[in-house]
Amino acid sequence: MNLLDFFSSHRAEILQATLAHLFLVVVSMAIAIAIGVPLGMILVKRARLRAMALGFASVLQTIPSLALFGFLIPLPFLGGIGTRTAIVALVLYALLPILRNTVVGLTNLDPAVLEAAEAMGMTETQILMRVRFPLGLSVVLAGVRTATVITIGVATIAAAIGAGGLGTFIFRGVAMVSDAVILAGAIPAALLALGADAALGLLERKLKVV
Amino acid sequence: MNAKAEDHSEITLGFQGVKYCAPNHTATPILSDITLQIRRGETVALLGRSGSGKTTLLKLVNRLLKPSAGEIFVNGQPTDLMDPIRLRRGIGYVIQEGGLFPHYTVAENIGLVPGLEGWGRDRIDARIAEMMKLVGLELGEYGGRKPRELSGGQRQRVGVARALAADPKILLMDEPFGALDPVTRAELQNEFADLAQRLGKTILFVTHDLREAMRVGSRIVLLAAGKIVADARREEFLRVEHPEVRAFAASFAMPNEARA
Repeated sequence: MNLLDFFSSHRAEILQATLAHLFLVVVSMAIAIAIGVPLGMILVKRARLRAMALGFASVLQTIPSLALFGFLIPLPFLGGIGTRTAIVALVLYALLPILRNTVVGLTNLDPAVLEAAEAMGMTETQILMRVRFPLGLSVVLAGVRTATVITIGVATIAAAIGAGGLGTFIFRGVAMVSDAVILAGAIPAALLALGADAALGLLERKLKVV
Repeated sequence: MNAKAEDHSEITLGFQGVKYCAPNHTATPILSDITLQIRRGETVALLGRSGSGKTTLLKLVNRLLKPSAGEIFVNGQPTDLMDPIRLRRGIGYVIQEGGLFPHYTVAENIGLVPGLEGWGRDRIDARIAEMMKLVGLELGEYGGRKPRELSGGQRQRVGVARALAADPKILLMDEPFGALDPVTRAELQNEFADLAQRLGKTILFVTHDLREAMRVGSRIVLLAAGKIVADARREEFLRVEHPEVRAFAASFAMPNEARA
């Protein structure tokens, strides 16, 4: 089957899968940011806990994605077949880059600026919110950007556990041995990743403090 | 402003038998046997080579570091009983390159401590204008700039203005002019010496440069290997009989002798 023919005859279906895909990514990223950024902020002043948290997140990252989806299925509350399980897995994957960049962004700062802040009588919370966070924000955002691109890719596998999205075309295409069907999933996924990367990159540069 | 009000009976800053060891290096203290009293309105230059402990001594005053032994008094009160945040709000602090916040404008940097202290917006704005005038920067031209848009000398001026903004009685300065070219450096040293005279603050000024110590300080305290080895008024300092004083004097005098 011709690629363009397939695209034009399945327009509505591809659009719907793209929206479902986007939904998975946006919800997962929102949760991962809501967990990763505050956790990173808490870890700024706790070196031992920081090493443990980063180690744990790294281990999560090494689990093959298909295996992680599989492991989650039998779990109560988090698991099962469908969107919820997929979101849990995607959040776990997105956590490491966000957490690591938050910690690095908020700690790897000019020591003279941090010393001045402390010497002026700012409290720990004030230093965190008014100095560390604004100065490290572009690095935090770089982590969000990496995580978003990873999540868009990994989310295609979520179709394997019935979460829908662009992966449905890819799995169907593999089963049908049809390049056109695979590409109907792969091309929109790649475009989403490129678009997210460019948009977040732009934002990152805008927030960078020289 | 009236002339410097010097009350020699009033000790603003006191060190009593202070010792400081870096964590995990308790065998070789960075500072030992430090006993020093600084009166209100004095400008004391803390002179010493790199590694002599002068910056450490400075950081003990506002509790960026805690002494291993001995006591430090600010306005007659031992600092270990004070809330460090309150203590620091009452002490201005200037470091090399100013340590300015790169994400704040000049005006925001200067208004920071007054803001933390809960001053009203109008009072902060008036104070920013006053401080910029004091250090010779035009508010209209420089107030809205970020630190990276200033020269080194201008950044240093902002650093001084920021430290003075909440009207602290004590000012700590750690080689504030160290990163500047020699001409700008001399200009700022002279201006600052005048400013110190007028303001009547108690100032502790760290430097490794005898020339700078002579320009700025009314009294010079020399540190060597973590101990005070000389403590004299500026006029008398070069007559102190100590090898370290002579070493500094020699480094100071050399260019003239070479020319002769």
